[in-house]
Amino acid sequence: MGKTLEQIENQFDMVQILNENGEIVNEEAMPELSDDELKELMHRMVYTRVLDQRSISLNRQGRLGFYAPTAGQEASQLASHFALDKEDWILPGYRDVPQLIWHGLPLYKAFLFSRGHFVGNQMEGVNALSPQIIIGAQITQTAGVALGLKKKGKNNVAITYTGDGGASQGDFYEGMNFAGAYKAPAIFVVQNNRFAISVPVEKQSAAKTIAQKAVAAGIHGVRVDGMDVFAVYAAVKEARDRAINGEGPTLIETMTYRYGPHTMAGDDPTRYRTEDLDNEWEKKDPIVRFRKYLESKGLWSEEEENKVVDQAKEEIKAAIKKADEAPKQKVTDLIDIMYEELPNNLREQREEYSAKESK
Amino acid sequence: MTVAINTKKMTLVQAVTDGLRTMLEEDERVLLLGEDVGVNGGVFRATDGLCEAFGEERVIDTPLAESGIVGTSIGLAMNGFIPIVEIQFLGFIYPAFNQIMTHATRIRARTKGRFTVPMVIRAPYGAGVRAPEIHSDSAEALFTHMPGIKVVVPSNPYDAKGLLIASIEDPDPVLFLEPMKIYRAGKGEVPEGKYTVEIGKGNRLKEGEDVSIFAWGAMVKVAMDAAEKMEEKGVSCDVIDLRTLYPLDKDIIAETVQKTGRAVIVHEAPLSGGVGSDIVSLINDTSFLYMRAPIERVAGFDTPMPFFNLEDDYIPDSTRVQKAIEKAVSF
Ligand SMILES: Cc1ncc(C[n+]2csc(CCOP(=O)(O)OP(=O)(O)O)c2C)c(N)n1
Repeated sequence: MGKTLEQIENQFDMVQILNENGEIVNEEAMPELSDDELKELMHRMVYTRVLDQRSISLNRQGRLGFYAPTAGQEASQLASHFALDKEDWILPGYRDVPQLIWHGLPLYKAFLFSRGHFVGNQMEGVNALSPQIIIGAQITQTAGVALGLKKKGKNNVAITYTGDGGASQGDFYEGMNFAGAYKAPAIFVVQNNRFAISVPVEKQSAAKTIAQKAVAAGIHGVRVDGMDVFAVYAAVKEARDRAINGEGPTLIETMTYRYGPHTMAGDDPTRYRTEDLDNEWEKKDPIVRFRKYLESKGLWSEEEENKVVDQAKEEIKAAIKKADEAPKQKVTDLIDIMYEELPNNLREQREEYSAKESK
Repeated sequence: MTVAINTKKMTLVQAVTDGLRTMLEEDERVLLLGEDVGVNGGVFRATDGLCEAFGEERVIDTPLAESGIVGTSIGLAMNGFIPIVEIQFLGFIYPAFNQIMTHATRIRARTKGRFTVPMVIRAPYGAGVRAPEIHSDSAEALFTHMPGIKVVVPSNPYDAKGLLIASIEDPDPVLFLEPMKIYRAGKGEVPEGKYTVEIGKGNRLKEGEDVSIFAWGAMVKVAMDAAEKMEEKGVSCDVIDLRTLYPLDKDIIAETVQKTGRAVIVHEAPLSGGVGSDIVSLINDTSFLYMRAPIERVAGFDTPMPFFNLEDDYIPDSTRVQKAIEKAVSF
């Protein structure tokens, strides 16, 4: 007789390194990070929290459009990204704009993306694809991007992000399976924030964990505390090393929570989450515990934090200004980029529209 | 058709909810399935209160997988249930395309009626709510080109409920498209209880002599606005809300153009391969010698629905429709 389902599931207990009190509870697994790196990671987390707060209020003022809040998920998003190389490829979900920004996407472009301006999707020089709207589609593509990196002999990986809901899509299984079959250097991160809009993760699957789904694909799977920068960083670092060594892809499930609504388009979390659950998760806050840790090492202070907050606010202001200055997009701009060479139907439509636009 | 006595003022989305409620009450084989349709009542609140009223066994929050939702529903339908599937936005139906194209539409013929798929797929569609990419697609023509399914599009609360109930009672699969731009655009009188609006029948919204205007969904308002403006200029318009895109109401199409001799078709979807082309063909088939001017089509251009910053430029507006009418009458 093989292992029981329970035995398999129990292999995916959550890995934690930094607990809620900012204490290291798993010294062995602690990743190597220099003081400067630690401070840089904290800088990014604080900055991104400010960006989230500002984005929400800019959205409420009508100055931003589509926005999916990120507060609560900073460790999952930024510590996973921190383990990457600039040349690695990111295939993000719609909530993963922070990783794009820290991968080199100028802030004003992130704002233009939010405003439904196509310059926001033009990310020249950044090894990343546009935030995915069709949940799951990026996951199979990741297998392909990773396979391409391997064929080209690059020492780089492709990483993709989805949510607990996204792990139900067929594309999720296909992507992991393909990457596994090719031993492609891919990393699949599932940010399990417990809800897909309103649907609790328990309704997505009978599986106790998402990480265990790696077993069927024959790839590595790990479940980490997604509010813990060190656990997330260590998991991605290890996955990346393995991938580059030709040992194939990894599935990483990060246990996290989104504090805000699903998006700013009318979602009301009180319809499907209790305040108790919100409070329980806010106690696990990734920034609070990282701050405690850094302070105990003498690496962080209120002063430093305020400096980051001020810097973020200023840069956000400047980026909004720059986004405001972006030329109004035109129908003809879109027609022009549809094909390498415009077919006749579009050429005619282009003429019709350019006459209208020149008025 | 049952004659209902009392009416209530409701929005289009409320009329949808009311239709769903009516049929959940009427027939215990009816099930609702979809993402967020349960506790949350749907992202547009189209299933608001239904999970509370009918329980999680009948109003089912599914895992996030459109192919799974539609495939499971096909299985339920073949096994005696009447699943009503919500696809959160029409643009998310593509992962389920295979299940619809290769199975839902073919099972009756494949099994010579041993199995049938009395399923309704509901989906908000179209632009105008400033949603991100792909949320605003008008992909109706992909499905009108799919033998074995019917495609229905209401443009007002009364039709929404009546057509929805007719779709649920239809023994074959129906794609029921809900124009999200006008979900809450205004209220209309909706009868309480059960009534149906026949599938496959267009509706004349305005009587006129000079030109026929065809529209559906959110474009009906645009067509009506253009017709009223042209009326002030002395052009009399016959406005037809097609309501069903497959099968098209050939009779009303022939009848109106044989009267006016001119036609303008308005749709939000890209021009090439759009349902407008089918209407042109039907006019050609039935009324070629009656026509006094080339048929005009006012449509989206041949790109995906652009990011929402541009959607107002993409969607046909009253001015564009008026121009087309002018062109038709001055030919
Ligand atoms: C194919 C597809 N189906 C449905 C949607 C609508 N939708 C957007 S986000 C979402 C929930 C996603 O939940 P999850 O994957 O857990 O990620 P989270 O939003 O929690 O980060 C849904 C159903 C979509 N964008 N794409």
